[in-house]
Amino acid sequence: MTKYILKRILIAIPVLIGITIIDYGIMCMAGSPLEMLQGPRVSQAAVEAKAIALGLDKPFYVQYFVWLGQLLQGNMGYSIKSYQPVSEMIRSHLGPTLLLMGVSLVVSLIMAVPAGIYSAIHQYEKGDYAVVTFSFLGSSIPGFFLSLLLIYIFTVKLGWLPSSGMATLGTEGGFWDVLQHMVMPVIVLATSMAGSNIRYIRSAVLEILQQDYLRTARAKGIGRFLVINKHALRNAMVPIVTVIGMEIPVLFGGAVIIEQVFSWPGLGLMTMSAITGRDYPVIMGVCLLSAVVVLAANLVTDILYALVDPTIQLD
Amino acid sequence: MLLYSGMGLVYRKLFQYAPEAWKVKKEERIEKKMAKKKKYERTVLVGAENERVKDIANESYLQTVFRRFRRHHLAVVSLAILALLGGAALLAPLIAPYDPDEIVGTFSGAPCKEFWLGTDQIGRDVLSRLLYAMRISLLVGIMATFISTVIGVILGLIAGYFGGVADMIIMRFTDMVMSFPYILLVLVAAAVFKPGLWNIILILGFVDWPGIARLVRGNVLNLRETNFIKGNIVAGMPLRHILFSEILPNTVAPILVYATSVLALSMLDEAALSFLGQGVQPPTASLGNMLNGAQSLTVLTKQPWLWIPPGLLIVLLVMSINFIGDALRDALDPNSRR
Repeated sequence: MTKYILKRILIAIPVLIGITIIDYGIMCMAGSPLEMLQGPRVSQAAVEAKAIALGLDKPFYVQYFVWLGQLLQGNMGYSIKSYQPVSEMIRSHLGPTLLLMGVSLVVSLIMAVPAGIYSAIHQYEKGDYAVVTFSFLGSSIPGFFLSLLLIYIFTVKLGWLPSSGMATLGTEGGFWDVLQHMVMPVIVLATSMAGSNIRYIRSAVLEILQQDYLRTARAKGIGRFLVINKHALRNAMVPIVTVIGMEIPVLFGGAVIIEQVFSWPGLGLMTMSAITGRDYPVIMGVCLLSAVVVLAANLVTDILYALVDPTIQLD
Repeated sequence: MLLYSGMGLVYRKLFQYAPEAWKVKKEERIEKKMAKKKKYERTVLVGAENERVKDIANESYLQTVFRRFRRHHLAVVSLAILALLGGAALLAPLIAPYDPDEIVGTFSGAPCKEFWLGTDQIGRDVLSRLLYAMRISLLVGIMATFISTVIGVILGLIAGYFGGVADMIIMRFTDMVMSFPYILLVLVAAAVFKPGLWNIILILGFVDWPGIARLVRGNVLNLRETNFIKGNIVAGMPLRHILFSEILPNTVAPILVYATSVLALSMLDEAALSFLGQGVQPPTASLGNMLNGAQSLTVLTKQPWLWIPPGLLIVLLVMSINFIGDALRDALDPNSRR
């Protein structure tokens, strides 16, 4: 097991290095950081002096290694707009995003797992058709459109839920306040995830239901409830774990748009404002962070896979 | 009392013949069941070829696909909707009542006889813009899908057939692209390159391919072990022939199914990008950037005709494509015996 984890980490390293190269390449393509210095009051000599000070006169690959070295020390550069260190900005925005993503993931699983299993057991019945149709609707509706609809219904028409921010302005925001602000973004994120998850879990469970060990379980007459909840459900854990692993990158991306619509003060909102303001160091910092998170999520998924399914041999 | 007896009479009248009718029906049912059972025994148990079985055995591959596809009623309806909307988009210059970029009415006019879906903030006809927007959104989706399919198929073929170092490099590169959160990558690319119609198509096309590459690679790995490909290699057929005339046609079905989901995804992404102002730029209308206006509170609350129709159209288009893809997956499945 330890050997497998080590091997996976070793494989992830070249991918990560590749990602930093792409990252750095895009940042260079976006333009030199000196461009913002230039202006009528800054002389050419001053710009050149600054270039030498920042090491921009050195060749491309040397600059890359300098950048990488700093990155390893936790220095992700400074924001062009606010002059704050990028790592600091990410740290302060990470909490709300993780909260939103975590809750959405849990909610989507609470919706998708029973629905998927139900529709697999009742294949080709009315309930199955309803669930599958809903799942198609969930994965076909753009998150931002669903957000707009929800805001229109629950904020504008009914006035039940607040539509922006994480807490009411001017207050610290207690548990209930944050919960109220979270309802709509969580619904939107969870719906789009549940859409694809339901179909995935359904087809996985359908496959399990045809296995020999399930026929044996049925044949020994322990009853439908035990067959499904003891034998089938346990084996359905494997696809469910995979689903969680697949959802992490989707969540990260979806959060960008949803946070923008609901003004949720997380990484996504920060990224969006960095993108519109062309604040490249911030954008690249977020890209790097999310790539690391995705790789880590993949690794954890594979390890969990082995823990849930003892027949998988890792080496 | 009178009422009760009266009702009893009616009841008796009603049911006087009922048992008889039921009996007949029941007999009919039993007969039908027996016939079915006999048919079943003839065809499957005894093994004699029934006409229907013969029909299925004789039909061509395309007929089988068509028959299986038709069973998915939602997919058939979706196909009709998609054809209708696609046709409307294609014929937009002919059927649109107004020029989509011309100011023809009052500012933010509500739907009326003259303007079926009202007018937007600067007085353009929403219905005409909607038709042209559908054109753009479908164009972006189809072109991006085409580009990513071509890239994915070529890389997948190379990785799967040649293996070794080429496979390793391509697969690691695929991992890299897949590790970037999708929307983030698209947004960053849109920020670095200038947003615009063709840039969006290229960006989406260059981001969507990893799934197809993986799929094709897996299929090629399987196909390479089959006897007919081995036979080709032994017979000394040229590589080009083996790759494009032998392997590729055998993996077209899964590619087609996957491509429909890429089409749906890239249309959703175009909408999201344009909604955020990083995609197709106005005055060109796309379904996403028509929704962009709904970020302002007045449009959202007071002018629903500006943002609900384009949103519903996206849902309708994407959902139809998804349903069709799902039915195709079933219809093209070579392992399915039905």
